[in-house]
Amino acid sequence: MTFVSILYGLLFWAATLILVVGVGMKIRQYWNTPAPLKIPTTPAPVTQGGVVWRMFREVVFFESLFRSNKILWLFAFLFHMSLWLVLIRHSRYFVGMNDLLVFMQPFGRYAGITMVLGLAGLWARRFLVDRVRYISAPSDHLMLALLIGIGMSGLMMSFVSHTDVTQVKAFFGGMLTFGFFGAEGGLPADPIVLVHLLLVAVLMIIFPISKLLHAPGVFFSPTRNQVDNPREKRHVSPWALELERQGKTFLSELNK
Amino acid sequence: MADYEIPKLTGEGYTEVPAVKEDTMKGSGPFIAKADFQKAMGFPTDFDAVGDLVPNWKERALEKMADLKSRYRSLQVYLDICVKCGACTDKCHYFIGTSDAKNMPVARQDLLRKVYRRYFTFAGKYFPKLVGATDLTEEVIKDWYNYYHQCSQCRRCSVFCPYGIDTAEISMAAREILDHIGYGSKYNNEIIGKVFKIGNNLGLPGMALADTLEGLEEDVEMDTGIKVRYPLDEEGSEILLVTPSADFFAEPHIDGLIGYGKVFHETGVTWTFSSHASEAANFGMFIGSYENMRRVSMRIREAAIKLKVKRIVFGECGHAWRVAYSFLNTLAGPFDFLDQRYPIPQHILEYTVGELEKGSLTIDKSENDDKVLTFHDSCNVARGSRMGNYPGGQFEIPRKVIKAVCNHFVDMPADTIHDATFCCGGGGGLLTDDLMELRVKGIQPRAEALKHVTTHYGVTHMAAICAICKSQFTKVLPYYGFTMDQIVSVHQLVSNAIILQRQVSVQARPDEDEDDDD
Ligand code: HEM
Ligand code: SF4
Ligand code: SF4
Repeated sequence: MTFVSILYGLLFWAATLILVVGVGMKIRQYWNTPAPLKIPTTPAPVTQGGVVWRMFREVVFFESLFRSNKILWLFAFLFHMSLWLVLIRHSRYFVGMNDLLVFMQPFGRYAGITMVLGLAGLWARRFLVDRVRYISAPSDHLMLALLIGIGMSGLMMSFVSHTDVTQVKAFFGGMLTFGFFGAEGGLPADPIVLVHLLLVAVLMIIFPISKLLHAPGVFFSPTRNQVDNPREKRHVSPWALELERQGKTFLSELNK
Repeated sequence: MADYEIPKLTGEGYTEVPAVKEDTMKGSGPFIAKADFQKAMGFPTDFDAVGDLVPNWKERALEKMADLKSRYRSLQVYLDICVKCGACTDKCHYFIGTSDAKNMPVARQDLLRKVYRRYFTFAGKYFPKLVGATDLTEEVIKDWYNYYHQCSQCRRCSVFCPYGIDTAEISMAAREILDHIGYGSKYNNEIIGKVFKIGNNLGLPGMALADTLEGLEEDVEMDTGIKVRYPLDEEGSEILLVTPSADFFAEPHIDGLIGYGKVFHETGVTWTFSSHASEAANFGMFIGSYENMRRVSMRIREAAIKLKVKRIVFGECGHAWRVAYSFLNTLAGPFDFLDQRYPIPQHILEYTVGELEKGSLTIDKSENDDKVLTFHDSCNVARGSRMGNYPGGQFEIPRKVIKAVCNHFVDMPADTIHDATFCCGGGGGLLTDDLMELRVKGIQPRAEALKHVTTHYGVTHMAAICAICKSQFTKVLPYYGFTMDQIVSVHQLVSNAIILQRQVSVQARPDEDEDDDD
């Protein structure tokens, strides 16, 4: 088992680095790109606090999506909320158990089922609704297949053929100290857990180079995160200010 | 009348979402601008003939894309984060009216996104087929030109997208790229050129404007017996009024303009137009050119300084109000030389509603009793700006004013008003005869909603607060059996109902007072 364990150990190291550095770089790019004009979709909040509340409603309740399409909202909400529950449940592999985690375990377990149901609904739309079929690229289908794969393999372990959870915990617990090189910290020799973990690693790797960027990206959407106060407070981007400072009309005329 | 089918209205108030069809609106797009027009706006002119691309167009287009996405967070984020959920697909009036797949907002974005992915993302560089990335070809440029001129930048899609992805931002960027490779739109760029040269979209020079306004004063005097002033370039006035130039002559725009004058007259404030900034419209926004939008805006600042006014008020116009409300302070501010007690700039409806609330206008509502009104929320006012000091004031204030001057008012169905309003079909720089088919089809959802209230609630007139909406409606609604005079300006209704109390304008010209014979 050691060879596979070492492979997986390295894979997760790589996947984690790619995820963290990749998403970090994207966030830095979004952060550093100016929003030269005030473009909130109005009616928009007139205070910063109002914007936080608007963003909260978008991220937690998918408010705009709810207005837009109730069926899509249902599947989307089911999938995402289940995903969070599942993720919380999974934290037991990385941190010690606490009361909250113990309490969450059963929810997380059944959330696996609703997550897959939500995903199935989302995937069905890609075949059944002609408009959604038209806009779907192969990657959009594969993304859902990948998540369903993760969900199904997870459910298998949860409800059908249990795997050695303590062993898995030992594997991830030893990640930082490269414990997977040793005889103790390996993974259980169980094909389902290996498939599950492989798919998760793939998900982590593609996160920063795919549409999954919507998760950090939504917080940077100017139509949703800007305060509606252009008359009260002057908003100018650095590059536009440079035009003013140098008294020029066109950016091409600016001296660097 | 036309070689395409005009959609039939049901009067049910809503339009069925059509089945997706491909290429029903494939074409060459609106007329392309000549080199002269491009030059006036600082765009490259090294293309041989109209319709040719510049040399190295591919590299230059990609360079521009890279430049824009580094300067606009909206563009960079929106190109990345769309999940293809399809929530926006049935929200665009052009898709509803034409059923062309590429008029679904996400599909419209994808025209640019697939190129972005191909040249700027890992997945698109190495697995183009998988993520739907494609090379930039002349074919793609043609599609850009065609379909980015089938977007009125109305932002309805942005309201319904879970991330607020605004297709208007994408089409503005696309038009800016196209302008840099020889594919400018004639309609927009010619008009912006006129503003730079003459001061307004119509190319109406100062002298002609003075004549028009004088004629107007005579008309109003004939009508009311009172010499209401429509002053031009009167230095030291309190208010500079900036209004779309269509207000100076088009119907029903001019009736609204008469109304602005009457309101100012009654409230005893001094005001003036400016021949230097005789245009509220700012087509720089439509073509996504910050630089040109700023150039147009600066004229208003210059006029305000030159005329030593204390306040700036804007007339009825949708995109002009978006640029004024949302961008003017950014583009041409800071306005520290104006009176800070008033909003800068202020909408004429904000002014009028304030006066109505104060009771300084004498109103006889029965003057509008021959009409049952409904109100069209203009996209740019509804989703791109505000009136008043609370969110949603842009919906309430116009209705408040209408209800204060009319006895009969009915709203159209809820999913066609407020921030879910449907575009008139002619916004965003598409109000040109070379896009007639698009305009006729794009008006369908609005026409359907109007039909509903005319059939079931006896509505006779639709009021609007945008020069483009008014022009589009008067021209295109007749295709659906409505008549031109069913479209009215909000200040036209005010004008009808106002009973003038002030006999002599505070801006009366002393030399004329003698030969006034009333
Ligand atoms: C801030 C956190 C997040 C928010 C607000 C959010 C929101 C949304 C919304 C509103 C949609 C559109 C509706 C839909 O198609 O389901 C969506 C789609 C999607 N989300 Fe998220 N999401 C978040 C995090 C995540 C994460 C962490 C994942 C990763 C595994 C994920 C995976 C997906 C996928 C795969 C889709 C596309 C579903 C489809 O193909 O139809 N999301 N998300
Ligand atoms: S609603 Fe937004 S995320 Fe969904 S397909 Fe349309 S643009 Fe993309
Ligand atoms: S901005 Fe308006 S016209 Fe453009 S794609 Fe969105 S809904 Fe359609």
